[in-house]
Amino acid sequence: MSVDPRVLKEEILQIYPKKLRQKRSDSIVINEHREDGTVPEIKANVRSNPGIITQRGCTYAGCKGVVIGPSRDILSLVHGPIGCSFYAWLTRRNQTRPESPEAQNFINYCLSTDMQEENIVFGGEKKLKEAVREAFHLFHPKAIAIFSTCPVGLIGDDVHAVAREMKAELGINIFGFSCEGYRGVSQSAGHHIANNGLFKHIIGNDETPHPEKFKVNLLGEYNIGGDGFVLEDILSRCGIKQISTFSGNSTYDTMANSHTADLNLVMCHRSINYVAEMMEKRFGIPWMKVNFIGATATAKSLRRIGEYFEDDGLKARIEEVIAEEMAKVEAVQAVVKSRCQGKTAMLFVGGSRAHHYQQLFTEIGMKTVVAGYEFGHRDDYEGRKVLPGLKVDADSKNIEEIDVVPDPERYRPRRTPEQIAKLEAKTEMEFRDYVGMMPEMDSDAMVIDDISHYETERILEAYRPDIFCAGIKEKFGVQKMGIPCKQLHSYDYGGPYAGFAGAINFFNDIDRLVNMKIWRYATPPWQPPTQQPEQVAAD
Amino acid sequence: MLLRHTTDEVLERTSLTINPAKTCQPVGAMYAALGLHNCLPHSHGSQGCCSYHRSALTKHYKEPVMAATSSFTEGASVFGGQANLLQAITTIFTLYNPDVIAVHTTCLSETIGDDLVQIIAKAVAEGKVPEGKHVIHASTPSYQGSHVTGFSNMAKALVTYFADPEAAKSKQITLMPGWVEPSDMRELKNLAARLGVEVTLYPDTSDVLDTPHTGKHEFYPKGGATVEQIKASGGSLAAIGMGPSASQAALEALQSKCGVPGTLLELPIGLQATDRFIDTLRTLAGVEVPQSITDERGRLLDVISDMHQYLHGKRVAIFGDPDQLVSLVEFLNLLDMKPVYIVTGTPTPQFETRIQTALGGNVPEAKIKAGLQADMYLLHQWIKQESVDLLIGNTYGKYIARDEDIPFIRHGFPILDRVGHSYFPSVGYAGAMRLLEKILGAFMDRQDRDAPEERFELTM
Repeated sequence: MSVDPRVLKEEILQIYPKKLRQKRSDSIVINEHREDGTVPEIKANVRSNPGIITQRGCTYAGCKGVVIGPSRDILSLVHGPIGCSFYAWLTRRNQTRPESPEAQNFINYCLSTDMQEENIVFGGEKKLKEAVREAFHLFHPKAIAIFSTCPVGLIGDDVHAVAREMKAELGINIFGFSCEGYRGVSQSAGHHIANNGLFKHIIGNDETPHPEKFKVNLLGEYNIGGDGFVLEDILSRCGIKQISTFSGNSTYDTMANSHTADLNLVMCHRSINYVAEMMEKRFGIPWMKVNFIGATATAKSLRRIGEYFEDDGLKARIEEVIAEEMAKVEAVQAVVKSRCQGKTAMLFVGGSRAHHYQQLFTEIGMKTVVAGYEFGHRDDYEGRKVLPGLKVDADSKNIEEIDVVPDPERYRPRRTPEQIAKLEAKTEMEFRDYVGMMPEMDSDAMVIDDISHYETERILEAYRPDIFCAGIKEKFGVQKMGIPCKQLHSYDYGGPYAGFAGAINFFNDIDRLVNMKIWRYATPPWQPPTQQPEQVAAD
Repeated sequence: MLLRHTTDEVLERTSLTINPAKTCQPVGAMYAALGLHNCLPHSHGSQGCCSYHRSALTKHYKEPVMAATSSFTEGASVFGGQANLLQAITTIFTLYNPDVIAVHTTCLSETIGDDLVQIIAKAVAEGKVPEGKHVIHASTPSYQGSHVTGFSNMAKALVTYFADPEAAKSKQITLMPGWVEPSDMRELKNLAARLGVEVTLYPDTSDVLDTPHTGKHEFYPKGGATVEQIKASGGSLAAIGMGPSASQAALEALQSKCGVPGTLLELPIGLQATDRFIDTLRTLAGVEVPQSITDERGRLLDVISDMHQYLHGKRVAIFGDPDQLVSLVEFLNLLDMKPVYIVTGTPTPQFETRIQTALGGNVPEAKIKAGLQADMYLLHQWIKQESVDLLIGNTYGKYIARDEDIPFIRHGFPILDRVGHSYFPSVGYAGAMRLLEKILGAFMDRQDRDAPEERFELTM
C-alpha cells in the first residue's frame, strides 16, 4: 500500500485549531537521513494538549511505578489519597525472585496513607509519620521510600523532612520523592526524580567488594515478563557478573553496592540515563547504551561488552553463547519470517521500546512504517548529539539537576580517556551515546511524538498496518478495527521478550497475532463483505 | 509466599492502609459517565489519573475506554485549572464531537479549589460549547469516600444536569442500577421487559463496555442512556435505586428535583433481593409476573435445594463494595453458608447494621469492618487467625487465596484476570444461578483435587 506520509500529515493537521496545528506539526515528522548525518528535528517532551486524549501518564507513575517500584525490599509508601497507590499495585509485571523463602519481598504489597479530607485541610505530615512507624513495625524493612502525590505538594507537606525525622527515629534508610503527578509533562519527569533519589540515597552505601573480573550493572531493565531473568542468564553464562539491575529483580543492597561495577549498561535510555551519567561523574564508571531486544541486537551488545573488557577468554565465551543461542533463534526465525515477511508494524510506546522493538520486527521481515514515543525526549529520537542544543523549558526546570563531582575517595576512572578513545575508534563502541530512534528508521517513515487517539485512528485508516504496538488503553480500540495490537508495556501478560529466548517468544507471538483467523470473521455470512484490503489479500 | 510478611498478629493501625479494599472516586465517575450515550468522560487533574483510570477499566472489561484529561502541569496547579479545562473543551468538541463532556474532578483540582460550575459557565458564555451539546460535572475528591462514591456522584450529576421536572408524565419507571456490570444492566432491562414494564436505566454501560467485534471501532458505542431519556425520566411514574452507596444520591435527587417517587432497594443479587426487586417493579407498574420469571426463580430454588450439602456451614471471607457485599451476604446466608469476615474500604454509614440484617443473626462470630484501615491486609490476618473455606472478592484476592490455599471466586472491581463478568450477570435469578455455579464449582474442584483416591467421587 502506498501512503504519502507528507500528504497524510497535512490531512491529519487540518482539523486542529491554528496554535495546536503548529504544535502538532512539529511533533509529526517525516523521517529523512540528511547528508550531514542528521535527521529532522522533532518536538518532544512538551505538554500534551488538554483534551487531546494522550497515552501519557504522570510523574508519580514514572517515579514509583516505573523506576523504584520493581525493587523488592524497599518498602514503598505512597502519601496521598488511596487511588495512586492502588493503581500502581502490581500493575507493571515487574517479576522478582527473592533469594530465599524468608527474604524480604514487599512487591505484592500496596501501602498508602489514604489521605482524607482532614489531612488535606490540616496537613498530612502527622499521619505520614505515624504510617511510617506502623510500616516499620509491621515489615521491618531496610529502607522506606515515600512518594508524594498531587495534593501533597499543594498543601505543603514536607515529605523530605518527615523522611529525615523518621530515619533518625527508626534507624533505617528513609527517603522521600517529590514526584507529584503534575511535576512534569509525562512519566519522564518521574524517572528523573527517581534517578536523583537513587543516586542521593542508595547508590554507594555498601562497599562490599566482588572478586569477579567482569562486573556490570544493567540500567533501565525492569524485568517485565522476566526479561531481566533472561539477561541475567546470558550474562552469567558469558562469565559477566551483574552487580545490580536498575531496577528489575533488584534489592536495596544490590543497588547500594552498584558503584563497585566497572561498566554500566543502559537499556532504557530515557528512564535511567541520569543515573548512568551521575555514576560516571562520581565514581568513574563508563556507560554504554545496549539493546537486548532482538537477537542480532543482543549479540552485538554482548560483543561490545567483550570489547570493553578486552579479554580474549570473555570474548570466546560470548561467541560460544551467541553461537549456541543464535542456532535456536534462527530455526524459529526462518519459519516465522516466511509467514510475516513484508508485513507492516507501528509502535507507540515508552521512551525506548518503540525503538528497540523495531529490531525484532526487522528480524522477521516486517517493516515499521510509523513509530513514536509516549514520553521520549529529542535525544531519544535524534540521538544524544542534540543534547548540547536542547533548551530547558519551564516544565523541565522543576526537576532538580544534581551537581555531581568526583567522589574524593571513591572516584576511580575504570578507563582513561585514552583507553576510551581507543575503544571508540572501533566500530559501534561509542560510550555515553545513544544514536536514537530516527537514524535507524527508514526515510519517509512517520515519527509522531505523544500521539493522540485521533491521530492514531487516522494513521491506522491510512496505512492499515498488520500490527500496532502500544499499551492497554489503545489495545482494544485498535483490535475492534480488526488490527491486532501487541502491548509493549505488559507484553499482553506474556514474554519474556529480551535476549535470544525472548526473541523466540516474540517471533511466535507476532506470528500468532498477525496470522490468527478470527480477524477475517467480522462479517457474518448474511451480510455483504466489507472492504478490508489487507485481509482479503491475506486470504 | 506472595504475602510472606502478613502475620496473624493484628496491630492497631491508625494511619497506614495496606492492600486496600477500595480505590478513589474519579474511576467510579468515569465508569458512570461511560453509561451515558455519546459522552466523553473527562478527568480534571493530572494526566496520571486519567491514564490509571482508563487502564483499570480497560483491564477489567477488555474494551476500549475513552476519556480525556486536563493534563495539569505545575502552572495549572498553581494558577488553577480553568485554562486547561477551557482548552480541553474546545479540543474535545473539535476532535471527538461528543454530545456530552462529563467532567469529574480529582484530588488535585479539588485541593486547588477549581470552581467547575463557574468554568463551565464561562465555556458556555464564550461559545466553546456548541449548540445542543453539554458539559456537565461531578465533584469527586479522591480523599473522600471511594470509587463507589465517585460513581454515586456522577450518577447524581446526570439527574441534576438533565432530569427535567417539566417532562411529560409517563408510565415508565426509572432504574438506577448502581455500580454493577454491563451484563447486570442488560439483565435488569431484560427482566423489566419480560415483566412488560417500560424502563429507563441509567447509568447504562451495556453496549458500551461489552461491544461486539465488527471490524470497526465505534468511538461512541451504541449503548448508554441518552440525554433525552434522562430528561424524560423526570416524568417517570417511579424510580428504583439499587444499592444505597451507589444509587441513593441520584434517587433522592430525582425525587426532590422532579417529584419522582423513589424506592431504594439493595442490589438484586441473590434470591431474596431479586424477589424484592421483581415485586417492587410489579407493584409499582401494576403488572403480573410472567410464568417464565417464576419458573426461573423456581429453577434457582431447585439447584439450591439439590446442592445444599456442599454449601452448608462453609465459612466465607468476602471483600468488595458495600452494596455488593450486603446482597451477597444475604444470599450466602440463605445458602446456610457462613460469611465470617466482611470487609469494605468504602466508608459506609450503617454498614454493620445492613450486614447484620442480611445475616439474620445466623453468624454471631462474623467480623465486619468498613472504611479506614478496613483493608485486605486485615482480612488476610483474620484468615490467618482462623481460616475459611471460600474467599470472594476482586482479583487481588488471588494472592491471599494462593498463600492460604483457599478456593476463590472473583466478584467485584477490578477483575483483571478472568473474563465473564461483562457478559454473564450476577443480578436476578439467572445471576444468582451463575454465582451458585461458581461457588459450587470452586468447592467441588477443591474436593476433587484433595480427595484421597479411594474417596474420589464420580457423582456429586
